[in-house]
Amino acid sequence: MRDAMMKALFELANDNKDLVLITGDLGFGLFEGFSEKLPSQFINIGIAEQNMIGVATGLALEGKTVFVYSIGNFPTLRCLEQIRNDACYHDLNINIICMGAGFSYGALGMSHHATEDIAIMRALPGVTVISPSTEYEAYSSTINLSKQAGVGYLRLDKSKVENINEKVERFKIGKGRVLLDGSDYAIIACGGIVNEAISAAHELNNKNISCKVISMHTIKPMDNALIHNCVKNLKGIISLEEGNITGGMGSAILEVCLNTGKFPLKMKMLGIKDEYISIVGSQKYLRDSVGISKKFIVDAILEMDRL
Amino acid sequence: MNTQDLAKNIRIDAINMVNKGGSSHIGSVLSIVDILAVLYGVIMNYDSENPKLESRDRFILSKGHAGAGVYAVLAEVGFFNKSELLNHCQNGSKFSGHVSHKDVPGVELSTGALGHGLPVSVGMALRAKLDNLNYKVFVVLGDGELDEGSNWEAFMFAAHKKLNNLCVIIDRNNLQSMDTTENTLALEPLADKIQAFGWKVQEVDGHDHVALNKALNTSSSTPLCIIANTIKGKGVSYMENSIEWHYKTPKDNQFKQAISELEAL
Repeated sequence: MRDAMMKALFELANDNKDLVLITGDLGFGLFEGFSEKLPSQFINIGIAEQNMIGVATGLALEGKTVFVYSIGNFPTLRCLEQIRNDACYHDLNINIICMGAGFSYGALGMSHHATEDIAIMRALPGVTVISPSTEYEAYSSTINLSKQAGVGYLRLDKSKVENINEKVERFKIGKGRVLLDGSDYAIIACGGIVNEAISAAHELNNKNISCKVISMHTIKPMDNALIHNCVKNLKGIISLEEGNITGGMGSAILEVCLNTGKFPLKMKMLGIKDEYISIVGSQKYLRDSVGISKKFIVDAILEMDRL
Repeated sequence: MNTQDLAKNIRIDAINMVNKGGSSHIGSVLSIVDILAVLYGVIMNYDSENPKLESRDRFILSKGHAGAGVYAVLAEVGFFNKSELLNHCQNGSKFSGHVSHKDVPGVELSTGALGHGLPVSVGMALRAKLDNLNYKVFVVLGDGELDEGSNWEAFMFAAHKKLNNLCVIIDRNNLQSMDTTENTLALEPLADKIQAFGWKVQEVDGHDHVALNKALNTSSSTPLCIIANTIKGKGVSYMENSIEWHYKTPKDNQFKQAISELEAL
């Protein structure tokens, strides 16, 4: 996913000398091609995220399109007020790339678990929040964010959906992609964990339960039409995210329902319960630990189907 | 208008604004008025008829709570009508207590939370270097504001990039929100610290227009920092060096006295 993003950024920067990429001293081995070929468009600003967003703001006020890069919570929580007051309030084309969605850096500990970022970033007015599930989505969201005004947040995952026909549905910001069609339930997810949803759907299919799997890559603005479609035509919805359940993608889906007064017959939100994880492990291990992997999705839908 | 008259007008405008708006921070405004007057009176290149002129020099007020002073100087030099100033802090007004750029010609950046202005100024100055443009960036920081670590990130980065088109003016009035800077979180030796970060540093009387003018014209191969020694509340006797005028609004007799003292300047 990271390489797909970089491919897009390099193409964009080649065509636009006013595109600047800033890293907060992370991405070892990632930027060499970019920094060697386009040195005037690349800045390693050091381990100083507040200054990173401030400088990005100054550059963007002067007409630059700016991408900033760091990992985990560093480009968001560490400099949240700079994002809010400087980047957002001034309506600037600044795109914040976080590598390490959810438990991508699971073994590194809670400091590196990006688990509240969806809720926090989507609370900022005007921010486009994107959590891709495939390399195609990561590539396309980078291209699309560069071309739209306003602040973007791109949350890249170490895991990704594999072995699907990538061009099934074209990527468009704010339009979820149906990766698997189904007629009973919808599993609406974002990020690499969509892969778990697809595995769960295959297993449920063997039990004669048909699930639609949606990659809701854009959490803000939410795809209201697709939510309405699921509410209207299916027996229930499972939301699935590798992030805190409080204020995350599932909450955003419910907000759509509340605003329209139309609710799914059944709904369950799968995500990290409102707590920090003090154990470490691989992304897969931690998904199992907090109850958001394939088995838990299958169980949740089976339970829903029984009631 | 000479800079002394400009400064006097800004002070009177600001007293009227905070009196009408019932707002605070007048001491902080009066502290930087002479700096504003010299910058807008003789130093900066700008066109009030064309606020976004690309070649203009940029001004950022990082200590956004002194925004009334910026609104006043912008009105005085023609960015908008002076009559608009009395909307300051009124219901529905765009002239917020902390300086805001929305629909206010001439304001480059909204501030209010401290420690934001310098990093953004660095970005603006960096852009001039990247694109071979000649504008300068001036930014006024409060001394208490230097407690914020983001400033020191920006001090390092600006020197690293040799941004000699960037000038920081520190409003060194020695007072912050609850006590002196030295009792709160000691800044001294301030000049040595900033110099050690790779900046050229000048110390001047922040109310002496000739000295300010000279310091602002200093040429340097590094970013320039002017420590402007100022008096919080300068120009109104009972406000000078008094923390309470960070918060209070001059009303009734105090208002009349302030206006009368300033008119006599």
